[in-house]
Amino acid sequence: MGKYDVIVIGAGHAGCEAGLAAARLGKKTLMLSINLEAVAMMACNPSIGGTGKGHLVREIDALGGEMGLNIDKTFIQSRMLNTAKGPAVHSLRAQADKNAYHIEMKKTIEAQDNLYLKQGEAVDILVEDGKVCGVLLRTGAYYKATTVILATGTFLAGKVFIGESVTESGPNGLAPSNELATNLREHGLPMRRFKTGTPARALASTFDYEKMTAQNGDEKIVPFSFMNDNLQKDQVKCWLTYTNEKTHDIIRSNFHRSALFGGQIEGVGPRYCPSIEDKVNRFADRKRHQLFIEPEGLYTDEMYIQGMSTSLPEDVQEEFYKSIEGLENIEIVRPAYAIEYDCIDPLDLKVSLENRSIENLFCAGQFNGSSGYEEAAAQGLMAGINAVQKIDGKEPFVLDRSEAYIGVLIDDLVTKGTEEPYRIMTSRAEYRLVLRQDNADLRLTEKGYEIGLVSEERYGKYLHKRQVVDEEIRRLNKTHIQPDTINEFLISKGSTPIKNGASLVELMRRPEITYDELADYDKERPVLSDHEKTMMEVQIKYDGYIDKQRRQIEKFKKLENRKLSQDIDYNSIDGLRIEARQKLSRFKPLSVGQASRISGVSPADINVLLIWLEKERRTNRNEQN
Amino acid sequence: MEDTIAAIATAYGEGGIGIIRISGENSLSILNKIFTPFKNSKIESRRMTYGTINDTSNGHIIDEVLAVYMKKPSTYTAEDVVEINCHGSIISLKRTLELVLREGARMAEPGEFTKRAFLNGRLDLSQAEAVIDVIKAKTDKGFDVAVSQLDGQLSSRIKEIRKSILDLLVEITVNIDYPDEDIEYLTYENAQKQIKLIGDMIENLLSTADTGRLIKEGIKVAIVGKPNVGKSSLMNSLLRESRAIVTEIPGTTRDTIEESINVRGIPVNLIDTAGIRDTDDIVEQLGIKKSKEAFNSADFVIFIVDGSCGLTEEDNEILELLKDRRCLVLINKQDLGSVIDKELFQSKLNAADIIPTRLIDGEGIDEIESYIEGLVYGGKISQKESVLVNNVRHIELLEKSLKSLNDASQMIGAGEALEFVEVDINEAYALLGEIIGETVSDDVLDEVFSRFCLGK
Repeated sequence: MGKYDVIVIGAGHAGCEAGLAAARLGKKTLMLSINLEAVAMMACNPSIGGTGKGHLVREIDALGGEMGLNIDKTFIQSRMLNTAKGPAVHSLRAQADKNAYHIEMKKTIEAQDNLYLKQGEAVDILVEDGKVCGVLLRTGAYYKATTVILATGTFLAGKVFIGESVTESGPNGLAPSNELATNLREHGLPMRRFKTGTPARALASTFDYEKMTAQNGDEKIVPFSFMNDNLQKDQVKCWLTYTNEKTHDIIRSNFHRSALFGGQIEGVGPRYCPSIEDKVNRFADRKRHQLFIEPEGLYTDEMYIQGMSTSLPEDVQEEFYKSIEGLENIEIVRPAYAIEYDCIDPLDLKVSLENRSIENLFCAGQFNGSSGYEEAAAQGLMAGINAVQKIDGKEPFVLDRSEAYIGVLIDDLVTKGTEEPYRIMTSRAEYRLVLRQDNADLRLTEKGYEIGLVSEERYGKYLHKRQVVDEEIRRLNKTHIQPDTINEFLISKGSTPIKNGASLVELMRRPEITYDELADYDKERPVLSDHEKTMMEVQIKYDGYIDKQRRQIEKFKKLENRKLSQDIDYNSIDGLRIEARQKLSRFKPLSVGQASRISGVSPADINVLLIWLEKERRTNRNEQN
Repeated sequence: MEDTIAAIATAYGEGGIGIIRISGENSLSILNKIFTPFKNSKIESRRMTYGTINDTSNGHIIDEVLAVYMKKPSTYTAEDVVEINCHGSIISLKRTLELVLREGARMAEPGEFTKRAFLNGRLDLSQAEAVIDVIKAKTDKGFDVAVSQLDGQLSSRIKEIRKSILDLLVEITVNIDYPDEDIEYLTYENAQKQIKLIGDMIENLLSTADTGRLIKEGIKVAIVGKPNVGKSSLMNSLLRESRAIVTEIPGTTRDTIEESINVRGIPVNLIDTAGIRDTDDIVEQLGIKKSKEAFNSADFVIFIVDGSCGLTEEDNEILELLKDRRCLVLINKQDLGSVIDKELFQSKLNAADIIPTRLIDGEGIDEIESYIEGLVYGGKISQKESVLVNNVRHIELLEKSLKSLNDASQMIGAGEALEFVEVDINEAYALLGEIIGETVSDDVLDEVFSRFCLGK
């Protein structure tokens, strides 16, 4: 039926980014989805971003991905989280109109050159001489491919649990992908079962809003994409309420009916997004748990009950949801369910997301054991880029842990592995002062441009922003202000008055003084966009701390730059423990740094390895002499 | 595979027994070739076997011995180890060792057994460092400190401190990662309190550093005074007391003598300013110059004056030099009656203590020794601290991590965001990890390379 450079199996958040990236890089790309209504489907929460996740979206955008642009088109509420804390952990989150999100993404894909979206169920990949070479569909159609990207999400051997009822199903009642699951196991891929869950949806008209706290969007909307400057619009409200002892009692007395505790679910669930019965069980002393009521979109009256996923039977669901303040009379339209699915052990992947045993087969998203739209999209983008790099015979495109959350995410997955659906968190990053969401473009757009995914327009905008910010910082450094002009203002802000003239930069370094507040004393200033202002202000205010972190990064890079040859026979290195030998032989890490993060390789092993490398180096040097 | 190494493990010289230690893959096979067990008894791991060492070339018995084979990995080097207990004659040991080497072992380099223990992951970095200290210990006290470190006491203390830091880090990150959850916020006050506690733990460890270092490296004491005032009596008394001259090192200048002695477990290097004694009435100025050099290099000075006569011009010049230094004044020759007023010294010297002595009879030596001991322990050691830190690398890392914590504390005081504070706390965590080798860094390895002289 034809030959493609890249075939992407799955059109969820990973598949969309993978397909778009490959096509934009000039490769003839086929995207397959079991159902075209599932393109960029938000099967669970109606939001994009959050702590860590928001950073990922910014990074995807900075590299030329689509997620940031798509949510900017379709959000209905936007909030910057963590603003009480420093800029490094500010995190953007937006509520999406689910339907609009799907439609806009689908339109983008349809309009993309080189990209062919087809409805069809892939049932097998074809492998010759250890290389993937095509995809077989349920209909018997066969497509040849140079590379294949697996992004099957929760469809693969999906099983839905609602209490005692078990159904073979993908998300949202869509058909599961069973045959492919069987065949991937046949190909020898190390597969396992994970589970995740989603709460009930209920009609907006049936909540009692008097009893809940409203959560409004930010007055000043910060866009996700660096391409957008102003997206002011009317926003919807979300609502906050709490569970109570009665809710917990109902749940507790029905534990035995939960698929989770009843033993039907063999998959491992995420610790960071636990079901309500899990929370009640694990945090028995907590009197209440928080939940948010979020609109699913403008097209519908359905509301999402965040924080309340469950696999309890429908009658129990109805009972405990209704025990919550504000939810007494709700009409549930979709019950909560747990879904179990096949995914790969990501330790079977290289940092490029290529499979270790089957060449040219790339993997992304929930298939790799992650959880979340943003984590999926980030991997999809990288898998798409790396499939193209592979076709072109180029080095893989890899971001390290000091460059991007994307780097942290992928390095964690393929090096440490994961025992539960992996969620990004800012605490997973060692260098979060540098990995901010406000500077994602500064970190990555240049790289995206080199790869060829960043458009001239985006690149121009980025260069312009840098120039404007640099110039403004220079100007602020040169602009001095006298005590009699500014002291009154400083005192009013509780800030120490100055004795001699001070530059505006010096004043801005004070935590209590902002750039905007100095406007009255700085008539010459140019007009800056919000993106530019944020970047400039953070650079000035946090220079010292960021410098400290840069020094830590230099230390980290030293080990990261100690490359390890792929031919090292770890079994011949004395002193390495057996487990370390096995792990290192299996992984073939690219650097000492990566080796040090493999679970089962201890610091002592790394010392041994470093000493061995040093010995080798000295021996080689002596031989040369 | 690493080759098999062997060495005489006991001190060189005649002794009751002498031990040959062999480590490596071929240890057992070498033993089997050269050792004939008595009455066909069998060699079992960790069991002493009686038998004879026979020369493989002619079958002659070299010695009757007790041999033990210890199967890896639970051995000193984590390799197969054999120890042969010979009679302690040099000849017997040499012949046995020659035989072992002939059968395939290689002569071990100094410290190589320990190096292997470290490389094989049996010792962590601080433990491996302790082994070097154990071997080089000059006194009982120094040995005790090294052994406790080898035992992992320092490691476990560091691990304890790191655990506290980790707990704090977890609290900080939970607050950052879950802004929506109603998790109790970590207050600045609380964070400050925790940092203070951790800082105190590190300070306690550091408070032992001076003592630790002095116990390991010794304290340098210069003895000054005019000729015939009793310097040699003092030297001799101290030497007699300690009964152990460890070394006799010629001074850097021909005219000073350094002697290393053991005062109540503390190594003391005495510098006698011989110059004064020898140049008697010729050039007094030269004598003063020598004294100056001597006490510039010393940690502390003992100044002896003749109590039976007044202060001479030379005494006064020395007094001038000692004005701001910590020193001990001995008013000697108490038997001949004292004409010197103690208060005179107290008014002229800022940091002097005074002991009246009659050194010729050894009177006052006890007080002098107590005084030196007091100097080293100095009352500065926290009573709670049983671990002594004595390694320059460890001290430096402890100081750096304390500084990071202080920075963090300052930032909290200034109301900075917690994720900035976290950078410094993390740094402290990593630095402490370097002490025990849990933080892998190139720098640690440089240290290891320099201490174990790896390869060529």
